[in-house]
Amino acid sequence: MTTTTITKKSFREVYRSLHIPPVYYFLIVVFLTSGILDQLYSDGQILSNPLIGMNILVRSVALGIVAIGQTLVIIGGSIDLSVAYLISITSVMSSYVMQGKPENVFKAIVVVFAIGAVVGLVNGLIVTKLRVNPFIATLGTSLILKGIINGTFSNYTGSVPRSFEFFGYERVGSIPVSVIILFLIVIGGWFVLSKTKFGAHLYGVGGNDEVARLSGLRTDRVVIGAHIICSLTAVLTGLFIVSRLRAGAPWVGPDGVYDLESIATVVIGGTLLSGGKGGVWGTLAGVIIFGILDTAFNQLGVNPYLTIVIRGAIVILAVASYTYRSKLQVA
Amino acid sequence: MTTAAITPQSGVSKFLHFVWSNIKKIPPVYPVFLVLFIVVSFLSPTYSSMNGIMAFLRRTAPLAILAIGQMIVLSSGGFDLSIGSLVTMVCLGSSLLLNNDPANAYPAIGIMMLIGISIGMVNGLVVSYLKVPSFIVTLGMMLLVKGLVLYWVGGAPKGYFTDNWRMWGRGYIENVPVFGRFPIGLIVLIVVGLLIWYLYHRTNFGKQVLAIGDNVRAARLSGVRVNLIRVAAFVTCSILAVIGGVMTGGYGGVNVTIGEGMEMQAIAACVVGGVLLGGGKGNVLNVIFGAYTLEILISMLTLLGLPKPYKDVVQGLIIIGAVAYVAYMARKKR
Amino acid sequence: MIEEQIEGLREENTEEVPLLEVRNITKRFPGVQALFDVSLKFMPGVVHAVVGENGAGKSTLMKIMAGAYVPDSGDILLEGKKVSFSHPKQAHEQGVSIIYQEFNLLPDRTVAQNIFLGREPSKFGVIDANALHKMALVVLKEVGMEDIIKPTAMCHTLSVAEQQIVEIAKAISFNSKVLIMDEPTAALSSTEVQILDDLIVKLKARGMAIIFISHRLNEVFDIADVITVLKDGVLVGTVDKKAATTHKIVHMMVGRELDHYFPPLGNADDFGPVVLSVKGGNNPFLTDINLELRRGEVVGVAGLQGSGRTELAEALFGVTPFKSGSVTLMGKPELVRAPSQAIKKQMGFVTEDRKSEGIWPRQPIRDNMLMTVRAIQFMFGVIMKDGIRKSRSLVPSLGKQVDVRTDSYDREVQFLSGGNQQKVVLSKWLASDAKIFIFDEPTRGIDVEAKASIHDMIRDLTKKGIAVLMISSELPEIIGMSDRILVMRDGRIVGELPAKSSENDIMLMATGHIPGDGSDHQVPAGVN
Repeated sequence: MTTTTITKKSFREVYRSLHIPPVYYFLIVVFLTSGILDQLYSDGQILSNPLIGMNILVRSVALGIVAIGQTLVIIGGSIDLSVAYLISITSVMSSYVMQGKPENVFKAIVVVFAIGAVVGLVNGLIVTKLRVNPFIATLGTSLILKGIINGTFSNYTGSVPRSFEFFGYERVGSIPVSVIILFLIVIGGWFVLSKTKFGAHLYGVGGNDEVARLSGLRTDRVVIGAHIICSLTAVLTGLFIVSRLRAGAPWVGPDGVYDLESIATVVIGGTLLSGGKGGVWGTLAGVIIFGILDTAFNQLGVNPYLTIVIRGAIVILAVASYTYRSKLQVA
Repeated sequence: MTTAAITPQSGVSKFLHFVWSNIKKIPPVYPVFLVLFIVVSFLSPTYSSMNGIMAFLRRTAPLAILAIGQMIVLSSGGFDLSIGSLVTMVCLGSSLLLNNDPANAYPAIGIMMLIGISIGMVNGLVVSYLKVPSFIVTLGMMLLVKGLVLYWVGGAPKGYFTDNWRMWGRGYIENVPVFGRFPIGLIVLIVVGLLIWYLYHRTNFGKQVLAIGDNVRAARLSGVRVNLIRVAAFVTCSILAVIGGVMTGGYGGVNVTIGEGMEMQAIAACVVGGVLLGGGKGNVLNVIFGAYTLEILISMLTLLGLPKPYKDVVQGLIIIGAVAYVAYMARKKR
Repeated sequence: MIEEQIEGLREENTEEVPLLEVRNITKRFPGVQALFDVSLKFMPGVVHAVVGENGAGKSTLMKIMAGAYVPDSGDILLEGKKVSFSHPKQAHEQGVSIIYQEFNLLPDRTVAQNIFLGREPSKFGVIDANALHKMALVVLKEVGMEDIIKPTAMCHTLSVAEQQIVEIAKAISFNSKVLIMDEPTAALSSTEVQILDDLIVKLKARGMAIIFISHRLNEVFDIADVITVLKDGVLVGTVDKKAATTHKIVHMMVGRELDHYFPPLGNADDFGPVVLSVKGGNNPFLTDINLELRRGEVVGVAGLQGSGRTELAEALFGVTPFKSGSVTLMGKPELVRAPSQAIKKQMGFVTEDRKSEGIWPRQPIRDNMLMTVRAIQFMFGVIMKDGIRKSRSLVPSLGKQVDVRTDSYDREVQFLSGGNQQKVVLSKWLASDAKIFIFDEPTRGIDVEAKASIHDMIRDLTKKGIAVLMISSELPEIIGMSDRILVMRDGRIVGELPAKSSENDIMLMATGHIPGDGSDHQVPAGVN
């Protein structure tokens, strides 16, 4: 008798200590629903195909990497709407510098990460030093980036050498390199948030700016740091995209709706828009949900424009499901 | 009497002081516009001819109308980022509905109005009752509408606009004394401007919009029906976006990207026109001139050799600069 | 001087060095003198309570000692050495910690993370989770809570009392020698108060100096060794607990001459029928509210901070309505569920904080005055610049009626003085023809001249048959203006006093004692 009680207790304790974000239940629901639709419409052909599973993960990589960066920024109480155009700039600049020659790859990577760091720094400074509302600040910088990129490039530019395509296409065993990198980023994000001083301070600043300041935290530096990290993840996403497309183009960022969708996945994952609470695992679930939806739409042959409609609706509903509960006073 | 002993000198200085203190009150958008206009007319002779001026006014009228609508939402403390997609919808959707038949023109506009009103209502209701920040709602709506429109027209515009649909954006009234050709679009702007001026500055509705933006809690405690007013503000903005959309399509013809970015242009125009992005202050005439100032600035830069896409850079800088400036001034006051 | 009249005044022990001392502290805020030449000594191992009415300066003094405010003049000495704090963190580091009423904890972080925020043990930026846990345990052990509160517990799962203890633990982790607490028992149950008491005794034994502000005089007597009374920013005196009684303390807290002129009170004959009555009103903040308001009378509502007065006003006005009980307005049963309903029933509410709830700072005076009138009308109706159809020059006449000092009604309200702003708020309700006015701190932060002006106006309202409910923390104002005085405590109306009652009697009732009863017998709030 005593043995059964002990095992039961420890299972519940372990389960509780995992703090599974509620979004994973939603993920299971989405998964099961697609399974049902799959049975109905294609005799279960699609989901039983292991390639599809991998496909879902690959489709999740681009959004996933930048969503981790967005998670950090939102936890810190800010937001970044400029990621889409930063992704575009990365894809174009890297491809342009590479010009299809393997010896330029390293230089190209350095260049785009430098650009990313500068953009992140500028975003962070505008939000903290100029005290501009983060929505407006990053929307403003996204406009500036848009102008620069559209003014300089109008079409596919440059090209990516075969050697770089490993990012987008290579596999280690049966797992694509990109998926491995995605998981590395997720784990990296988790590490930063839960194990480092910076992460602890980020939660503090996002949770209650006043309390953070009273405790002597350098709130400005923390927020700027988060913005820089977010921009760097956007750059990484851009590199992934360009290695798959084999050449960069100015429209990849906005076309992929990376700005809104990264925010949506973060919110779905349980991170509060107001900051101070949440984490990368929830975001990952949100990203996979979008990945499943994306693949499902693709396989079912849903009109690509309709997918945009549904994604827009999901963004609104995702945020609404959280704000409705907290009943803030809103403009 | 001692006053008689005061020399005429002080009378002159008093007068100058009076003039200067009144000049200080003039919103900066007007002198800026004047200066830019003079510069541009030197750079290009077109702008100093009456025809050229009328052409400029015709081209910029749609943006001015969109900006007026945005002003109402901004004054209530919110943002409407969906109006650009609304313009896209009006243009692409109308091209389909018109089917090259002039008889369809007004029904098409009517349908677009209904769609616009519904979108405005959804925006307002979601912000008011689901408490989602207007930034996110309208950003999501922008996406949603764009997708819907592209789906509906199958990715490419079909057909042409009929003349009676296009005239609102493109047409002129000929042989007007003094002005020569007077753009119909400008007439629309004037009519809309007067109507909204009346609505915003002279009705209970307008005052309550400002109340919500200035201090929503005080508004609620003073009997203002906050949710109703807010929804009405979004609906008005959408209606104006539809009008602006018809004019944009009429002027520019139809392509898939028409209307893209106009929401940011409208915000920039409002900012130049002195609208506070937090809410509580706005003026119809200033915003109209804000739109014209923005356009003339872009024109000037284009004449000086700036490639077209860089106008986004200018807009982004203006928006960030204006908000930072207001935030700085507010801190200084404390 | 009062000090001489009070027996048992604490003798200064000039040999021992005080842990914390303040000398000649003076602090002014715009329009109000918060502290004037206050000097106090806080000794190690002593629990020192600071009491006084709302606005006596207690909070300001605490904040100065904790480094949140800088005094205009005066010195702070720690263990005999002069110090100056420009940031609370400096005060922390030098050993002075403060715990506010609204806790400074992050609800979504663990106890350990909260305690050591900004001081996490780390190597190369990575937090040493083991060390953090151990350090938290050490501190929790010091407060005797290592079994009850776990370092890994999320703060939002803790009870209010436990959260407070975490704050105390945080203070101890700074090796604080001085612990300041603002209303520590306000949100605690009686068992939790006991736990806090035990903890304070433990801290005392460590040689810490404990300073706290409280309104609950009976608890003050339980825990404190020494009691200091502040009044209107001035030190009245310090007494040993053994030599003090509640009456003596209350007497020290109040008792000022009415140098301020108030308009004459109303005559009972002039009071009209009952326009508002509540029976058994209950909501999450209020219990068993019974009151009646008559035409032409001013009913004052007194009580200490947190006694539920503003909650009463908000319940009457429909902001947080009564959940049960019956309300009658103008003779008809009417449970007000929203402010717009209250306004339709001709109620007006001049709120406590005009800046955040009463005015529209960027709108001109005339629009501020006419907002409510316009909100009731047809949405697309044309506005008249200065009034409504019935009276086209309403604005200037209102301006004259409330005596707004301004050169133009176009001026944005944010540029007016506090007194003028309040007058504009008042005129808003005059414009909407309110017959029942609720005032919450009508003259807070307003200069003397404007205060008198507003008092006159309130009395003028009653002459027109308007019923007034006036909440105030300023006892002279309550006594000077009220035809009847309701006293609140802990969300209930604990009693009613006649006009011209003494400050003493009001304060006694507000702190839970029966006036005129010479003993220190304390009446629990539930019993009338």
